[in-house]
Amino acid sequence: MNNKIVRTLREAIELSGLKDGMTVSFHHHLRNGDYILNMVMEEVAAMNIKGLTVNASSLFDTHLPLIEHARNHVVRKIQTDYMSGAIGRLISQGVMEEQVEFRTHGGRPSAIELGITPIDVAFIAAPASDSMGNCTGKYGKSACGSLGYAFPDAMNAKKVIVITDNLMSYPLPDWSIPETYVDYVVEVDAIGNPSGIVSGTTKITRDPIGLIMARDAARVIQHSGLLKDGFSFQTGAGGASLAAAKFLKDIMLKEKIKGSFGLGGITGYMVDMLNAGCFESLLDVQCFDLDAVESIRSNPRHQEISATHYASPSARSAVVDCLDVVILGATEIDTGFNVNVHTDSNGYIMGGSGGHSDTAAEAKLSMIIAPLSRARLPIVTEQVTCISTPGKDIDVLVTQKGIAVNPRNKELGQRLKEAGLPVVDICELKKIAEGMTGVPRKLKKGGRPVAKVIYRDETLLDTIYSVPDTL
Amino acid sequence: MTKIVKRACAGTIESSDVYVELEPNEKGIDIQIESVVLNQFGDLIRRVVVEMLELFEVDNAKVKIVDRGALDCVIRARVETAIKRGEGR
Amino acid sequence: MRRSMLFLPGNTPNIIINGDALGADAVILDLEDAVSPSEKDAARILVRNAIQIMKFENCEVIVRINSLDSEYWKSDLDEIVPLKPDLIMPPKICCAADVQGIDSYISELESKFGLENNTVKVIPLIETALGVENAFQIATASSRVSALFLGGEDLTADLRCKRTKEGNEIDYARKRLVCAARAAGIDVYDTPFTDVNDDEWIYTDAEYAKSLGFTGKSSISPRHVAAINEVFSPSQKDIDYAYEVMEAIRTAKEQGRGAIALHGKMIDAPIVARAKQTIAMAEELSLMGGGRNE
Repeated sequence: MNNKIVRTLREAIELSGLKDGMTVSFHHHLRNGDYILNMVMEEVAAMNIKGLTVNASSLFDTHLPLIEHARNHVVRKIQTDYMSGAIGRLISQGVMEEQVEFRTHGGRPSAIELGITPIDVAFIAAPASDSMGNCTGKYGKSACGSLGYAFPDAMNAKKVIVITDNLMSYPLPDWSIPETYVDYVVEVDAIGNPSGIVSGTTKITRDPIGLIMARDAARVIQHSGLLKDGFSFQTGAGGASLAAAKFLKDIMLKEKIKGSFGLGGITGYMVDMLNAGCFESLLDVQCFDLDAVESIRSNPRHQEISATHYASPSARSAVVDCLDVVILGATEIDTGFNVNVHTDSNGYIMGGSGGHSDTAAEAKLSMIIAPLSRARLPIVTEQVTCISTPGKDIDVLVTQKGIAVNPRNKELGQRLKEAGLPVVDICELKKIAEGMTGVPRKLKKGGRPVAKVIYRDETLLDTIYSVPDTL
Repeated sequence: MTKIVKRACAGTIESSDVYVELEPNEKGIDIQIESVVLNQFGDLIRRVVVEMLELFEVDNAKVKIVDRGALDCVIRARVETAIKRGEGR
Repeated sequence: MRRSMLFLPGNTPNIIINGDALGADAVILDLEDAVSPSEKDAARILVRNAIQIMKFENCEVIVRINSLDSEYWKSDLDEIVPLKPDLIMPPKICCAADVQGIDSYISELESKFGLENNTVKVIPLIETALGVENAFQIATASSRVSALFLGGEDLTADLRCKRTKEGNEIDYARKRLVCAARAAGIDVYDTPFTDVNDDEWIYTDAEYAKSLGFTGKSSISPRHVAAINEVFSPSQKDIDYAYEVMEAIRTAKEQGRGAIALHGKMIDAPIVARAKQTIAMAEELSLMGGGRNE
């Protein structure tokens, strides 16, 4: 054959041999602007296929129709690393019969490769592809940059269908996923909405409390003993986390520190750090904004990496193994430093680990930045509603009223105290928060388990229960 | 004893604030609470509202609370303000 | 320490409850311009509760009451004075009589509520041409007056000119206030830089205020506080020099020498006084765990 182009999506699905009970997969590089998952599931439903397992690296509000498909038994089970609030809420109310399987961005590719979560048909939304399936996210009207999370799907699924809105002539210059893994190629008008593809979370916070925490976070890194030539760093996409990157950049430039790599989750701020000479390279598993997309396209020092290369615990090694510092968020953290990023304080699912557990497990310094309380709810609790990342992997919590260091990391505590930073016992932070807010009533768990939190080594870390209708 | 003679409100629905609405009532105290932290602090909020009504000796009022995570001292301030705005001389 | 003062709108709980975490040496809970007339009562009660309940650790608490020509100022003081805020900031102060009026009313309240006389200090806000001219009079009008505060925005309205970033139009007022305050032996604060989107020029503005002799500077934007603290904190160079001065004094005393020189400059009383202030500030800063050029 000299091209794999199939005229319609339906035809491609038919050719793939998709049947009841099989597993389909999707990557989330088009984020909340994605059209593909809904497009495919609508077609699947129209073809009367039932009982599918959907393995999507993340799910956003735009994917809400998935719940309708679950109600109609088109979908039986969901496997994902992150789920936004609108879908999460319905899951928490018990809309699905089978429990959602939450994994992490490193655990997902690992499970796929080890055959624990095999994929029958992988759908790869590609901003650019040629007729044989060499494809990339770097070009096209729907460009998303790195296709990191799509690699394990492409390389391990029984059948791979590339869907593109930008068919280019063969061979595609500078592909990410080679044709050797691709069975069919389908062209559609649009794979996604560009304004939803690149996230709006890449402005640094203007909130003064966030800026204060960010400044302290940068100071913690400065005095950790890790900030020297060869330094590597990852930060989240939330406002305060990004602001910390900016303050860190100022320190690195002033002290003329030449880092080795920036990792993530790449935003324009990380690109600035690369261009300013703070790092030798950026290793990119996901682009968050247009600056990152432009950079990955044009700068050879800005490299795409697969999810496996990023964080798989079963690969011979992954980049996270060499990571010095990671800055993360939390909805809750308990006095044992266990962190919750899956649910809100009422127990409703509105997130997921993403790369949280993977980076926390391997980075030399794992830092959580969070305000002491959010609208009367203290961040520090007796026991988290859900354990997303175990306390042993978290080194320090930075709030606007003090910095708590995990007693396991005595050296860090010592260094920060000597540097004059406001180090406070985590139980003290809890007291300070509760002194202002009052002590929140402990919530009753609902009766039904609705989701499993599966740690990167496939052990069950926690179970998420339904939220009762009347609390 | 403070008599609530007219509808009065205080506070806003901005984050960390509470909107309090008082209306005259014939038969005692009737408190309705909506809150973003109802599960965690519903009881405490009610207790604070009741305390403030008792402090100002308000025996009859219809109270509507729309809370957006306000701390105790803020709830007290807004209830007090509403009482003073609604009282008859 | 009095490097920075941050205005917090008195009727906005969200901002007030985080007020002491913003790094300012003093917070100004504002009952005046930040609060609409229909909410003056609400703000007064909220601020009263806030002062009572929130510890406001490591910062001074200042309350800006409404002006003497309003119907609110007495109610503001009635509600707030019993809580012993560190300072009251009355706006639009034009002359000594204004200060004395406030002074006597506060004295009445202190007596009524069993507080020692002169517990609550006053920091007159000078924002009219008359106030600027009467600055020394105002500064010495009462022992309660702890500092002077310049209000540049309203002042330019009174001067009938535009308020600019460079601030030439308020230069005389700035210098006059510094002079008056120092002559009276009290502190003096500079007007806020009001472009909240400009996080760079604040450094220039604050450096200029420092060079004129201001004790510190106020701000309406929390994001400017760090810049102001940085500018008004002694630099490592300043601190080192201050220690050198004290060392030179000590050595000279031991050797029974009278006149002392350091780096070719005569060390006289003002230099020693400044060195002592710098060291005091440096020690306080290191206790707080922060400082300039970290």
